[in-house]
Amino acid sequence: MTQERISAEIADLHEAYLKEGVERHHAARDFAPYRSSALRHPHQPLVVVDDPEAAELTGPVFGVTDVTALDADLTRQHQGQPLGERITVTGRVLDRAGRPVRGQLVEVWQANASGRYLHQRDDHPAPLDPNFTGVGRCLTDDEGRYAFTTVRPGAYPWRNHRNAWRPAHIHFSLFGTAFAQRLITQMYFPGDPLFPYDPIFNSVLDERARQRMIAAYDHDLSVPEWSLGYRWDIVLDGPSATWMES
Amino acid sequence: MIKPTPSQTVGPFYGYALPFAGGGDLAHGGIVLHGRVYDGAGEPVPDALLEFWQSDPDGGLRGAPGSLRRDPVTGAIIGRHGLDFTGFGRVATDADGRWMLRTLMPGLPYISVCVFARGLGHHLYTRAYLRDEPGDRLLAALEPGRRATLMAAEEREGVYVFDVRLQGEQETVFLDFG
Ligand SMILES: [Fe+3]
Repeated sequence: MTQERISAEIADLHEAYLKEGVERHHAARDFAPYRSSALRHPHQPLVVVDDPEAAELTGPVFGVTDVTALDADLTRQHQGQPLGERITVTGRVLDRAGRPVRGQLVEVWQANASGRYLHQRDDHPAPLDPNFTGVGRCLTDDEGRYAFTTVRPGAYPWRNHRNAWRPAHIHFSLFGTAFAQRLITQMYFPGDPLFPYDPIFNSVLDERARQRMIAAYDHDLSVPEWSLGYRWDIVLDGPSATWMES
Repeated sequence: MIKPTPSQTVGPFYGYALPFAGGGDLAHGGIVLHGRVYDGAGEPVPDALLEFWQSDPDGGLRGAPGSLRRDPVTGAIIGRHGLDFTGFGRVATDADGRWMLRTLMPGLPYISVCVFARGLGHHLYTRAYLRDEPGDRLLAALEPGRRATLMAAEEREGVYVFDVRLQGEQETVFLDFG
């Protein structure tokens, strides 16, 4: 399977999306260029639950016992400093009404600067870094703010098709006040030349929605002699009940 | 109303970041809920992650912090202390697509399930119903064949089985909360 073929399939699906004219925010579950989606998406439409008593309109809570102070600094989890470009990533977690999501759990995981995960099944022949695990957690503050110190992850190859490479990304997992606001996504870096080739990035059919996955470089967040800064705000989707109530 | 951040697949490498020690042990001495996740070819899915959210035995939905309670010396996750009921569970499927939850019988008739997997660009919600409650709005709206996919079967006393089929024949009913 060539990149040319995958790119043509992506272009066709993006064009079909524009023709349909219905705005979709999330990754398409049925997205043929992402090969492993084929057998893992439902054929039946989702069933709408319209019940003000639904358990999913509430959700799990987390607190100070669920994180430690060191969890948010991925460069301090080992004896030495990890290799790579040190970065801070920060932003706010909001609901669709723009209200901060307070005191909720944010989890991240990522490849090291060479594009290798500390995972048994990652056999990309790039070096592991004894000073980098690539896992972090924090709770949002009263303004919905999160912050991590880490290193910029490398791009890495995968076997979706010949010469498939993922753009550099950090995986994010987020909770809102309702279980139905749950989000797992990926943060990308501005200007990555791999965007047009990647079926996972492009499984989000809407061009403007794809842009919302890309962090902004923010020079004011850069720490002199220490790290470069990126800002990325995250907006949790969810039932209208979760953003209409005052 | 601002536009949401898109979902992306959990990918294959969440295994050292998201699952945590005791993630499926909400409480002991209650019920066991277990099952498997299957793909559209009927093959078990070995790289899915399931999350659970449920009411306490009185039907309360407040939850409690402490699902990922930490050892202050090593920082390792030591799990819930068992006094408060957190209502939240997280389990990765094993190589055979299996998962298991130990918990308390919820006051509401169901446990909410959220499914993440490699290959799945946007997570899916479903419910494992532990009893058929007349008047339940979701069950009432489904035709019997589809409703059956949401019913956990009691294998023996206190042990329930609930399989998730992502696609195809007997495909699980997945939910949209609007
Ligand atoms: Fe990744």
